[in-house]
Amino acid sequence: MQNPQLTEDSELKHLLSIEGLPKRILNQILDTAESFVGVAEREVKKVPLLRGKTVCNLFFENSTRTRTTFEIAAKRLSADVITLNVSTSSQAKGETILDTIDNLTAMHADMFVVRHAQSGAAHMIAKHVAPHISVINAGDGRHAHPTQGLLDVFTIRKYKPEMHNLRVAIVGDVLHSRVARSEIHALTTLGVPEVRVIAPKTLLPQDVEKLGVHVYHDMNEGLKDVDVVMMLRLQNERMAGAMLPSAQEYFKTYGLTAEKLAQAKPDAIVMHPGPMNRGVEIDSAVADGSQSVILPQVTYGIAVRMAVMSILAGN
Amino acid sequence: MNLPNAETLFETLAERIKPLIKANTAVVGIHSGGAWLAERLLPILCKVQGGENLAQGILDVSFYRDDFHERGLHSETKPSQIPFDVQDKNIILIDDVFYTGRTIRAAMNELFDYGRPASITLAVLVNRGGRELPIAPQISAFDTELAESQNLQLLRHENGTFYFTLEENT
Repeated sequence: MQNPQLTEDSELKHLLSIEGLPKRILNQILDTAESFVGVAEREVKKVPLLRGKTVCNLFFENSTRTRTTFEIAAKRLSADVITLNVSTSSQAKGETILDTIDNLTAMHADMFVVRHAQSGAAHMIAKHVAPHISVINAGDGRHAHPTQGLLDVFTIRKYKPEMHNLRVAIVGDVLHSRVARSEIHALTTLGVPEVRVIAPKTLLPQDVEKLGVHVYHDMNEGLKDVDVVMMLRLQNERMAGAMLPSAQEYFKTYGLTAEKLAQAKPDAIVMHPGPMNRGVEIDSAVADGSQSVILPQVTYGIAVRMAVMSILAGN
Repeated sequence: MNLPNAETLFETLAERIKPLIKANTAVVGIHSGGAWLAERLLPILCKVQGGENLAQGILDVSFYRDDFHERGLHSETKPSQIPFDVQDKNIILIDDVFYTGRTIRAAMNELFDYGRPASITLAVLVNRGGRELPIAPQISAFDTELAESQNLQLLRHENGTFYFTLEENT
């Protein structure tokens, strides 16, 4: 079956999920992002690629970092940007998603960046839109958050360029995390030989091994000799019922402290997609410590999103 | 047409650029052929009086091209590297083959996003004719008129020496 993200000649048309994308396209995005990193250091932090194009950020679910970085990315590409927090506008009045999309298309939108609490929302929009329009999934339910996965592997590549030689641990609430799923697909596609997940059984999806990861339930074991520690946010708002005893208890067992981090390689880097729950999944001393690359992740996120948008607009 | 000897033209180009070198000059090569030329010009131009601190940069104009909407982004886009302050610099812009002038327009637009240079001088190995914009090189080592169907390309041997290929576009 034709991958719905690709054009007939196998170029990227929409970015919905990293799953199923060939290594060639992931590398194209990461290599292009390299060129955009430098744009932010210039006198004029803009290139004219998307001049005259209109990008619509549609956020059916709250977000600060993702929405802002998408907006900055589009503006640095010289696009006109409209950001709609739909949860507070037309949906509240009863309009369907596709009617919202049709209305924005009638206003000549060229690209939609969509975040939605329902898995598959971006897919549905991509199937619906006219052929000249591209859709970027900015997070759909528990399914995928492809630009976050890409910016994470971009950050790893910056600090640890030998991807084929790395041991990476993803720690925490894998069950509810679209970020974890996108990270795992990106890492395995790019040839990272050992991806571990560390979590209590209640926060792991069934059959998680099928994604090609090694499962650990103990932090000290799982962090042993890793090059990269990717922390996940404990998703309180998605947590139905009491899967965990308490935040303090969770921190004791799965929170990243300097002591636990000492199990990893001495030059290991620490990542977090944000927003962080300090003292729940990560200790402040680690989050602000010398091994943390959490803020560079945010900066690189802009370059990666610029790369995705300009590749989509050109195909 | 007999292809010119690229190495001989390179010598000529270097000689013609030398008188332009003074304090506050920077050499910027356009990716990829122009960047190769700039790389080999630098040690020669540094020996010229006033060229001791010659700055060097590389431009990849992919983000400024006027045909992005037809052709999309080139898959091998390289980062531009301008590691000096463009403001008030005398810039010698280097490219291998000058044709329509569109690449140079893109390069100038990009340079101005780094600052306001004091001047830009365009120096090329070959001016092959066929310009479509009011932009022309001030310095060229060789001028000729090629048909639209012909594609003249500068290439580089493993040892760093240059040669040309001429292909008929079909």
